[in-house]
Amino acid sequence: MTTTGTTYPWAVGFVAGDRPQVVTERFGYEDSFTLARYEATSGYEGLKAAVAKAPNEVHDDVRGATVLGRGGAGFPAGIKWGLMPDGVTPRYLVVNGDESEPGTYKDRLLMERDPHQLIEGSLICAYAMGLSQVFLYIRGEMPLAQERVATALNEAYAAGYVGTNILGTDFSVDVVLHWGAGAYVVGEETALIESLEGGRGEPRLKPPYFPAAIGLYGKPTIVNNVETLSNLPWLMRNGIEAYTAIGSETSPGTRMLAVSGHVARPGVFEIVNGTTTFRDVIFGDDFAGGIRDGNDLKAFVPGGGSAPWFTEDQLDLPFEAKPVGAAGSMLGSGAIMVMDDTTDVPAAALTLCRFYAHESCGQCTPCREGATWLENILRRIVDGHGTRRDLQMLVEAGSTIAPGAFPHASSERLGLDANPFPYKMTTICPIGPSAYVPVNSALTLFPEEFEARVAANGDGPRPIPVTVASNPAGGGS
Amino acid sequence: MARLTDANVALANQIISRYPRKRSALIPLLHLSQEQNGYVTEDAMVHIAELVDVTPAQVYGTATFYEMFKFHPVGRYVVNICGTMSCALLGAGELIDRAEETLGVRVGGTTDDGLITLEQAECQAACTEAPCLQVNYRFRYRVTPDELDQLIADLRAGTLADEIPPHGSLARVRQQIPADRWVRPVAPEDVDGEPLWMPAPEEASS
Repeated sequence: MTTTGTTYPWAVGFVAGDRPQVVTERFGYEDSFTLARYEATSGYEGLKAAVAKAPNEVHDDVRGATVLGRGGAGFPAGIKWGLMPDGVTPRYLVVNGDESEPGTYKDRLLMERDPHQLIEGSLICAYAMGLSQVFLYIRGEMPLAQERVATALNEAYAAGYVGTNILGTDFSVDVVLHWGAGAYVVGEETALIESLEGGRGEPRLKPPYFPAAIGLYGKPTIVNNVETLSNLPWLMRNGIEAYTAIGSETSPGTRMLAVSGHVARPGVFEIVNGTTTFRDVIFGDDFAGGIRDGNDLKAFVPGGGSAPWFTEDQLDLPFEAKPVGAAGSMLGSGAIMVMDDTTDVPAAALTLCRFYAHESCGQCTPCREGATWLENILRRIVDGHGTRRDLQMLVEAGSTIAPGAFPHASSERLGLDANPFPYKMTTICPIGPSAYVPVNSALTLFPEEFEARVAANGDGPRPIPVTVASNPAGGGS
Repeated sequence: MARLTDANVALANQIISRYPRKRSALIPLLHLSQEQNGYVTEDAMVHIAELVDVTPAQVYGTATFYEMFKFHPVGRYVVNICGTMSCALLGAGELIDRAEETLGVRVGGTTDDGLITLEQAECQAACTEAPCLQVNYRFRYRVTPDELDQLIADLRAGTLADEIPPHGSLARVRQQIPADRWVRPVAPEDVDGEPLWMPAPEEASS
């Protein structure tokens, strides 16, 4: 376990503090992304430990340590790997480096600052599962991450860590760098596969077939997040006991967390699962340091743009999926966005809703049309032209995308079921319902701000304005 | 005229050889054509279709899905201002207003001299450094309206030419796989066909 207790001004956005570091231990070095530095700091030791074992023992280690997926859903990686049918080749690993959930920032830092760690993690996965090829899919808008990963791959090939007969064993696998071209929906694992096959990044329906069974080219495929794989070198090097000693029983280890918005010191932190609370992270002196300018907290988004909002009542919840889920939200992709008491809530909801409307792939009508309607109605309310009828329409449009999903006063009046999170959906992937999450949170937590906005305009219906797409040349996503 | 050059065709074939199926190289090849011409031309899309054995319509269908591909000339510098949550909370709106004023174009437009295109982006994954923007996808963090004016002045004066390559140059990042260490992808004939593990219909029914 390494602790540095230092803040590195050149490490943009990163504050180490005095905490255990699993994936960020090399961030303290200015040349953390080079092979020389990586090898000098126990680089590729994890891979050596892995290839000394039988592949199924490595898989057992990952399963035994309960390495949770860090991409958003939090599904245990070992179990996900285990869903692959035995003895079927070819089989693939696709590394999901297409990070763009609003508020999320960790994968880009991991790829830019420690690309070898990601490559080593991918190789450990490839060895454990007997994979034919690894594809590293990096978001298109991240040239520095692409550059650093490409350079690291070139170094790793030259040094014998990747390619034929890795480390002098029979284990051989190629790692190929692939990059995207700007579409948020491609972060969804089946859309990622569609995109890697050269198509439009539209999510596939699942079930019946999950990628582990039928994935890339119809073959068994593991899709793992960058941070998930970056955990593996440390795990293989230090063993299950050291790994599970950090964090809680159900969520061992650490996770990376980006705190942004109206805080005194926005940054990316590696925190201990289960024991750290939202209050620690938002108000702690070695974390974000409280609300900027001495203002008060109004609300915060606990897990990326698609997570329902929390207020100060939920500040003492720990970072663990269960209690956060029971409180009606989710941990998601490790992103906290903080709003202080100067925030215009309807405008903030519009901003997030517009993101999802813009990024809809267009495949499912409720998402394509519904999210756009939500955006249009919200914009009218924010511009001061909305009526009370518009509030009703927000709820109705939201219920069309996610029927009966969100408990609040309006749904009761409309006779809809009030189900806890996660929502029921009328769409293939969760982007559509995600567009309604900020709208519903804002309406539920701060109804008075909407009431005030529509008070002058009465109850009557108003015509729907025709809006012009904000980026007419930008294509379909 | 705007098909891929011979040098780029050689590069394209190298990229194609990394995948079990040719079509997977489509997005990297579109980046390559954008690097060559600054935007994706119709001829290039037809050429790419020939290279990866699909129809031009399939290439067009894929290309138009993605935000980063342009189908008409854009400025040498594309300035992308992020307008999503954290950036919006910390002043992205003012930044966009100032950019429109300074450049004399609306979002989506290109300056008359063809130097700068202004765009508004959705989340760029730099939320703790909000408000942020990208110039040809290179980040600028915690930008104030005055810093934005300075950036535009620098772009116009050409002082950032070394630091920021022209639009479309992303594919300059190349992966080199040495021939003696290259495992090579599984051959297409081994990838195509029914998944082997699926029970045959008669087995499933019995």
